[in-house]
Amino acid sequence: MNTHLKHALPAWTWFAGLTLVFVILYAPILSALVFSFSVDRFPSLDITRFSTKWYAQVFADARMLEALKNSLAIALSTALVATTLGFAAAYADFRFRFFGQRMVLALALLTPTVPIAVLSLAMLAFFSRIGLSGTVGSIIVAHVVVATPFAMAICRLRLEQLPREFETAAQNLGATPGQALRLIVLPHAAPAIGAAALIAFAVSLDEYAIAWFVGGLEQTVPVTVLNTLQGQVDPTIHVIGTLAFAATLSMVFAAQMLLLRSTKSHKNKEVSP
Amino acid sequence: MTQPLLELHNLNKSYGTFEAVKDIDLTVDTGEFLAIMGPSGCGKTTTLRMMAGLEEPTRGDIRLEGQQINDLPVWQRETPLVWQNLALFPYMTVRENVEFGLRMKKVPGPERQQRCAEWLERLGIAGFADRNVAKLSGGQRQRVALARSLVLQPKVLLLDEPLSALDAHMSIRMQGELKRLQRELGITFVYVTHSHSEAFSLADRVVIMNAGRIEQLGTPQDIFLRPKSRFVAQFVGGISLFSGMLKTTREGKVGIDSADGLLQIADPASVQTGTKCDLAVRADRINVTTQPGWGTNEVPCTLMSEEFAGAVVNLHLETAAGTGIVAQLQQRDLERLSARAGQQVYASWHPEDGVLLGVTALKAAA
Repeated sequence: MNTHLKHALPAWTWFAGLTLVFVILYAPILSALVFSFSVDRFPSLDITRFSTKWYAQVFADARMLEALKNSLAIALSTALVATTLGFAAAYADFRFRFFGQRMVLALALLTPTVPIAVLSLAMLAFFSRIGLSGTVGSIIVAHVVVATPFAMAICRLRLEQLPREFETAAQNLGATPGQALRLIVLPHAAPAIGAAALIAFAVSLDEYAIAWFVGGLEQTVPVTVLNTLQGQVDPTIHVIGTLAFAATLSMVFAAQMLLLRSTKSHKNKEVSP
Repeated sequence: MTQPLLELHNLNKSYGTFEAVKDIDLTVDTGEFLAIMGPSGCGKTTTLRMMAGLEEPTRGDIRLEGQQINDLPVWQRETPLVWQNLALFPYMTVRENVEFGLRMKKVPGPERQQRCAEWLERLGIAGFADRNVAKLSGGQRQRVALARSLVLQPKVLLLDEPLSALDAHMSIRMQGELKRLQRELGITFVYVTHSHSEAFSLADRVVIMNAGRIEQLGTPQDIFLRPKSRFVAQFVGGISLFSGMLKTTREGKVGIDSADGLLQIADPASVQTGTKCDLAVRADRINVTTQPGWGTNEVPCTLMSEEFAGAVVNLHLETAAGTGIVAQLQQRDLERLSARAGQQVYASWHPEDGVLLGVTALKAAA
């Protein structure tokens, strides 16, 4: 570590800069949090009284609950499928050497770079053709396409830390390839698989554009929120924003913890004599 | 008829156009300790990995007790390998590591536990049975790796530079233990290493490989005393090499006519006069004097440098013709010699200490 190196700028400037970044990042979210508890209809700084009235209203809204049910079902399915596919792709890349491997890898990681409008339109056209548009299923498929590269990238990073000999060593001691995968590779990759599932869940939960394009009458929470906002200001938006932020943040945080802890335990192993 | 335990017939391995292993023929007997030695990239590890089934031979046969095992998948072979980096399974305790192979082979619980306990005891790691392998010292990890393989009671144990991760002191201790273990068990060991000291002190027979081929196969003494080729002589080290035509003088002396004059030899064996030969002289057989007139083969040279090696000192000399000579002297002989770098000295040796390279092979062929 280079902790002993002195930086060109004094320490307080770093601290101030960092604070500024965090304020810009989190101030809008913080304001949503504050106003979500304000009794007033319009957000203003002289808050009359704090209350949980808007929270009650959100949870009494049948349309919103329906959207929440859709969102959770879609996010869960997406997490499951995207993680499975992502791990399988990462494992194939780790374990095998084949012709066009780099190309396959590049293609697999490409989807996040496609403009979302292009992707959504293409999806919509495709789903209408196969008669799947306007269903929860179509949103799941679309979200899997978006989330899988993330899941794969996370699993790949973790698998790269696994010395290749471990799996072969298990086979050398009589384990079939399936047993070696289950007993050696999966326990090693478990934290990354968990993290990948959380990230895929969060990606699906927050995704708006594709869900709006392909979902038709089946609405997810972000789509319902945007529809609610059209033409009116509704304080329940602050509630949903706060809840959505809390949900996403806790999942990303949990994913980070999983990955950090596994990296640390790995490092400890390397250091030990 | 006794059957060799492990046979390699005309074994070849190519990666694209690169031939890693070429036409290896080798038989390993039951209970033998065989070391395969060579510089890195010589194909020794590839050969070992083919025995374990981790690499598929491009051509040739591998037989275990007469059964061809080429096409047997890794997990059905009974050739456990001790890995260079040990490859102990993390997230598992010592006991779980040692029991792993038995579990895979579906050995029932009580027998499994008993065999595992027996081997933990035997290798002196019973006290750490429930510890995570990450929390062990190098020597302890080494023992776990051995126990994990030996608990399967294999006919042959393959070892791939198993001591390379240990410090010098621990490595020597483990060498002793390995040798003792191998004697007691009577299991065949095939041991790949790049270290002469390991190969020579452990093995019954040593294979020296170079560029994918077997350069020489023999007992450690054989290889040390009668290297077959320049490569072996240089690889084993501590040997000075001269080359020239074999010649018989009018007085009836036999020797090679080298750039450094006629170097006599005692036993020309089956080599014909006029053949180009390499002559090897071991460092400990060379005398160094400050005055001429000491012995038969005397070559004036310049003392280039001294290399301190404990009780002995290696002197690096160079003749007028540019031939490098290594002489090994006891510390007290060096004090008596009192020569400095750059000084003129004389290297000499008895004719019977010169070995013609490749002669053993010719004798055997005749």
